[in-house]
Amino acid sequence: MFYREAGQFKSTYQADMAVFPIKQDRIGLAIILGIAFIGIPLVGGDFFISSVMIPFLVFSLAAIGLNILTGYTGLISLGTAAFMGVGAYACYKLTTFFPDVNIIVLILVSGLFSAAIGVLFGLPSLRIKGFYLAVATLAAQFFLQWAFVRVPWLFNYNASGAIEVPQRTLFDISLTGASATPETRYFVCLVLVVVLTWFASNLVHGKIGRSWMAVRDMDIAAELMGIKLLNAKLLAFAVSSFYAGVAGAMMIFLWYGGGEANDVFTIRLSFNILFMVIIGGLGSLIGSFLGAAFIASLPTIMKFGLPALGVPLSGATAEHVTFMLVGALIILFLIVEPHGLARLWQIGKQKLRTWPFPY
Amino acid sequence: MSDATLRPIAGINFNSFRVRAALILAAVLLLGIIGIRFDSSGTLHKIFVDPFDQMVSAPDLLVQTIWEGLVSGVLYALIALGFVLIFKASGVFNFAQGIMVVFAALTLVGLYEKGVPAFLAVILTLGVMFVLAVAIERVVLRPLVNQPDIILFMATFGITYFLIGLGETVFGGNPKQMITDQLHLPRGAIELKLFGGFVSLQKIDIAAAIIASLMIAVLAVFFQYTRIGRALRAVADSHKAALSVGISLNQIWVIVWFTAGIVALITGIMWGARSDVSFALEIVALKALPVLILGGFTSIPGAIIGGLIIGIGEKLGEFYWGPLIGGGIESWLAYFIALGFLLFRPQGLFGDKIIERI
Amino acid sequence: MKTSVLMKGAALGALLAAGAFAAPAFAQDSIYFSNNAYRTGPFAGSGIPIGDGMRDYIAMINERDGGVNGVKIVYEECETGYDTKKSIECYEQVKSKTIVYSPWSTGATLAAIPRAHVDKLPILSMAYGLSASADGTQFPWVFIPPLTYWDGASVMVKHMAAELGGMDKLKGKKLGLIHLDAPFGKEPIPVLENLAKKYGFELKLYPVAAADMQNQGSLWLSIRRDRPDYLYNQGWGAMNPTAVKEAIKNNFPINKLVGVWWAGGDDDARAGGAEAKGYKSLNFNAAGQDFPVIQDIIKHVVDKGRSTTPKEKVGENLYNRGVYNSMLVVEGIRTAQKLTGKKVITPEDMRRGLESLNIDEARLKEIGMAGFASPVKISCTDHSGHHKAYVAEWDGTKWTQKGDWIEPMKDEVRPLIEANAKDYTEKAGNWPKRTEPCEKSS
Repeated sequence: MFYREAGQFKSTYQADMAVFPIKQDRIGLAIILGIAFIGIPLVGGDFFISSVMIPFLVFSLAAIGLNILTGYTGLISLGTAAFMGVGAYACYKLTTFFPDVNIIVLILVSGLFSAAIGVLFGLPSLRIKGFYLAVATLAAQFFLQWAFVRVPWLFNYNASGAIEVPQRTLFDISLTGASATPETRYFVCLVLVVVLTWFASNLVHGKIGRSWMAVRDMDIAAELMGIKLLNAKLLAFAVSSFYAGVAGAMMIFLWYGGGEANDVFTIRLSFNILFMVIIGGLGSLIGSFLGAAFIASLPTIMKFGLPALGVPLSGATAEHVTFMLVGALIILFLIVEPHGLARLWQIGKQKLRTWPFPY
Repeated sequence: MSDATLRPIAGINFNSFRVRAALILAAVLLLGIIGIRFDSSGTLHKIFVDPFDQMVSAPDLLVQTIWEGLVSGVLYALIALGFVLIFKASGVFNFAQGIMVVFAALTLVGLYEKGVPAFLAVILTLGVMFVLAVAIERVVLRPLVNQPDIILFMATFGITYFLIGLGETVFGGNPKQMITDQLHLPRGAIELKLFGGFVSLQKIDIAAAIIASLMIAVLAVFFQYTRIGRALRAVADSHKAALSVGISLNQIWVIVWFTAGIVALITGIMWGARSDVSFALEIVALKALPVLILGGFTSIPGAIIGGLIIGIGEKLGEFYWGPLIGGGIESWLAYFIALGFLLFRPQGLFGDKIIERI
Repeated sequence: MKTSVLMKGAALGALLAAGAFAAPAFAQDSIYFSNNAYRTGPFAGSGIPIGDGMRDYIAMINERDGGVNGVKIVYEECETGYDTKKSIECYEQVKSKTIVYSPWSTGATLAAIPRAHVDKLPILSMAYGLSASADGTQFPWVFIPPLTYWDGASVMVKHMAAELGGMDKLKGKKLGLIHLDAPFGKEPIPVLENLAKKYGFELKLYPVAAADMQNQGSLWLSIRRDRPDYLYNQGWGAMNPTAVKEAIKNNFPINKLVGVWWAGGDDDARAGGAEAKGYKSLNFNAAGQDFPVIQDIIKHVVDKGRSTTPKEKVGENLYNRGVYNSMLVVEGIRTAQKLTGKKVITPEDMRRGLESLNIDEARLKEIGMAGFASPVKISCTDHSGHHKAYVAEWDGTKWTQKGDWIEPMKDEVRPLIEANAKDYTEKAGNWPKRTEPCEKSS
C-alpha cells in the first residue's frame, strides 16, 4: 500500500537506471543511514558499539570485498583473511614511516598494498577454476600467514611480535589507540564503510561490474564478446583485495587496537567471510551486510544475550551449543533460501509492493 | 585459453603442455648453472648444491625423511579419499571430512572412557557414523538437491560447525589418548641399521600404511565387483542416467557418506595414535586439500598418489630447504607444490579433463 | 519498505537489549572477578584444568572463610576458546565490573594492555603475556608475577649449565628451541640469543606452525640431524604431547627435553607413555595433593561435588597452577583491603593491592602453601619480581621437583625489559604517563 512505484514517473534514462529507482527505497536508505549515524551512537552502550557494531562494519566491508570476487566475478577465494592481514601490516608499516599522515588516509592506502598482493595471487585464476582455484588461494592464505610471523620487518622487529596501534588524531580527537572512544572508532568505520559501499555500488552497476558478471556467467562467452579475461579477473582480485585490506587495517586499528595480529588472520576468518557472502547472498551488496550481521553478530549475541534473557547457559556449554546452533542455522538458511538473505529481502520487498492485495 | 600472445613459431606449438614444461625446466637449469658459476655469496650453492650433498652424506636421514613423508602422505591420502568418495557420488565438496575424522575418533575414545569395551566401541562408533550418514542425507542433502555446488559446499560447513559443537558437548573438549593398546595396535619402533646410521620405523606407522593399503584394496574390490559398487560408479558417471535405470540416489548417498565415515574413523585412529585426539586435528585435515587438487577431485588413485607426492615433497622441502628461510615452510609448501602442478594440469593429475562448451 | 524498516528497528531493539544488560545484579558486599576461560577449542586440554583450579580455589575461600575478610568473591568465567576476538569481547563485557582482568592468553593480554591503561583496570597475566610489562613505571596496570618468559629462558640456561657442571661448560654446546610459530613461542628468542653470545653456546630454532602442531615429523628430523645437546620447548596445547611423543620416537634423550611451564601439563607428559619418564618442565608451583590448601579444596569443594574435576585429577600440575593464580588474586584483594581499609574494593584499589603484594614464607604457610610456591614480592617498579622457578621432572605418573629453585638471571633480563618497555610506550605514541603514586611500603 505504501511501498509501490505507482505515480513515480521516470522522464530520463538516468532516472530509469538508478540504483534505487523507487522513492520509498531512497527514504528507507536515508532512515537506515540516520539510525546508523545518529540513533546507534545515542542509544547503544559501549559494549554494543565496540563488540557488535564495529565488528559488523569491519566484516561487512570484508564481505563486500569477497563478494566482488566470488559473487560478481565467480572466483572463489579462501584467502580473504590473508589479504586483510596484508592491509593491517601495511597500515602498521605506513604509520611508522609516515607518522604525520592522517590515519584514515593510511588505512585507505594500505588497501593498495593488499590489492597488489591480491593481483599476484590472482594470476593462477587465469588457468584454474572453481574449487581448484579455491584451494589454490589457500596457498596465499598459508604463505602470507607464515610471512606475518617470519618477516620481522613487518612488525618492526618487536620482541613480542605484536602490532602496536599508535595514537593518531584528527582535529585533536583521537581516532586510534586506547584512548579513542568506541563512538569515535565507530564513526570512522561507518564513514569508511559507507563511502566504500557507495564506490562498490557504482563499480558493480557500471561497465566493469557488467564485465565481471559476464565472466562469472561464462568466461569463454565473455571473452568472445571482447572482454579481456586477464584484465577483468585481475581487476576483480585487485578491488576485492583492496576492500579486504582496508577491512583488515580497520580491524586491527579501529577494533582490536593492536595485539597478536598473526593469529587473527587465520584460515578460520577466511571461511567465516565466505559464510557471510554465501549466507548473505552471492552478488549482492546488501547481502554482504546481512551476511556479516548474521555470522559475525550471532555468536556474540547468543553468548552474551541469552544469559541476559534468562536462558541458563554458561561458559563452555554455551560455547558448544552456540557452535551447534550456528551450524544448524547455516543449514537451515541454505535449505529455506539457498540464494541467501538478500533474496529473502527481495522477496519481502516484492510482497510489500502488492500488499495488501496480492492478486 | 587466453594465450593469444604466444603465437606458434616454426611449427612448435607453445601451448602444448610438454613443450612448455620442457622450456621452463631448461630455463631453470640454465639459470641454475649460470648462477652457480657467478655466485659469490654462496646463496645459490646453498639452494642447489648443499641439500643434495646432505642427502648423499647422510643417506639414513634421507631414507627417514622419505619414510616420514610416506607415512604422513598415506594419512593425507586417507582424508582425501573420503573427500573423493563423496565428491564422485554426490558432487559435494565435503569440507566436513576433516571434522568427521575428529568426530569419529572422539566418539571411539569417548565411548571407551564411558566404560564400553574397545571393540564394542568401534562397532558402536560405526553405528554412530551410519546414523550420521543417514541424518546428513535426510536433513542436508535431500532438501538441497540440485542446488549449485557452492551451496552444498556451504552446507558441509554447517555440518562442520554442528559436529564440533556436538562432539564437545557430549565428550568434552579436552584432548584424549587414543586407545592404541586396547585395539591391539603395535607400539614401539623397529630400528634398521643403514648406511652407518639408523632409520627408525614406528610400528604404528607401518600398521597405518598396511591398513590404508588394505582398505583401499577393499574399496577397490567393493567398487569393482559388488552391486552397490557398480551402482556407485554409475552414479558417479551420471546422476540422471543412474536414476533412469532405477538406482536410488538417496540410498547411494547414505552408503557413500557411511563409507566416508568408516574411512574417517580409520584415519582418526591412526592420527590419534600419532599425537592425540582433539579438535586441533581438524587443522591437519586441511592438508588434504592440496592433495585433492593435485590428484584431482574425482580420482581415487589420484588421492593416493597425490597424498604421497605432497607428503614426501613437503617433508623433503622442509628438511633440506626449509632452514634456508627460517623453517616452518611446511605449512604452505604443499599448496605451492599443488599450485605448480595445477598450472600445467588445471584439472589435477588424474582428474577428468574439463571440457568447456558455449 | 515500512515493515522492513520496522523489522530492522525491532532487530535493532533486540540487539540493544542484548547489549544493554551490562551489569547483572550482584550484591554490594561482594567482589566480582571474571576469568577468561577456554574450555573449548584446540587448547581446551590445558584450559580446563587451569579453569577448574582457579574456580575451586575461590569456591574454597568462599566456603571455608566466607570470602576474603568476610567479602564473598563472585567468580564468573567468560569463555574465549583461546580466541583473541572473543577475548576482546570478554574484556569489553567485564571491564566495568571485574576487579581484575585475567586474560589467559598472550594475544588477549597484548590486546588488553593499551585499553586497560585507559580504562584503569589491572591485568594479572601470571607468567605469560608481554614480558616488557614487568616494568611498572611504564605499565602501572599490568602485573606479570612470578616471572616472565625471559626469566624462564635464563633459568633454562642455568639448568643446562648446572647439569653440565658450570657456566663455562656451556661453550660449544647446542641448545635447540622448539617454539610455537607465534609471538608467544618467539618470546624467549632475544634472551637466549644474548645468552648464547655471552656463554658461547649455539642456539638452534625449530618453529612449529600452529597448523602443524600435531605434525612435527620433519622438525624432529632436523633435530636428529643437528643433534642439539638440550631442547627447550616453548609450546602450548596439542603441540606439547606431540613433541614428547616425537622425542621418544626419534631417540632424543627425553631428560634433555625441557618445557616452559606451559608445557608441563600432566596430559602432555602422559602422552609419551612409560618412555616419557624423565621429561622436564620449568615450574613455579608444586604439583600434588600434599598441601593443606589442596586438602582444603578437596574437603570444601571437591568432596561436596562442586568441582568439575574428578578427585584424582586434583593436584595435577596445571590444576595447581590455576589454584596459584587464584591465590594471587585473593592475596591481592586482601592486600588492597588492608591498604585502603575498605571491604569492597575497586579496580584502582586492586592495582594498589597487587603492587604491594608481598607473600613471604610465613604468609605462604598461613595459607597452606608452604613449599607449594616460592615467596612473591611485587614492587612499584618491578611488576614481575623475577622470582625463582624450579625444574620439574615427570616420573612416569606425576610431576616431581628435581633440584633446587633457580634464580633467573635478573641482571640479564631486566635491562632488556626496561629497553623494550620504553620502546613499546614510545611507539604507541602519547602513552599515558604513570600518575599513580607508589605505596610508601614498597
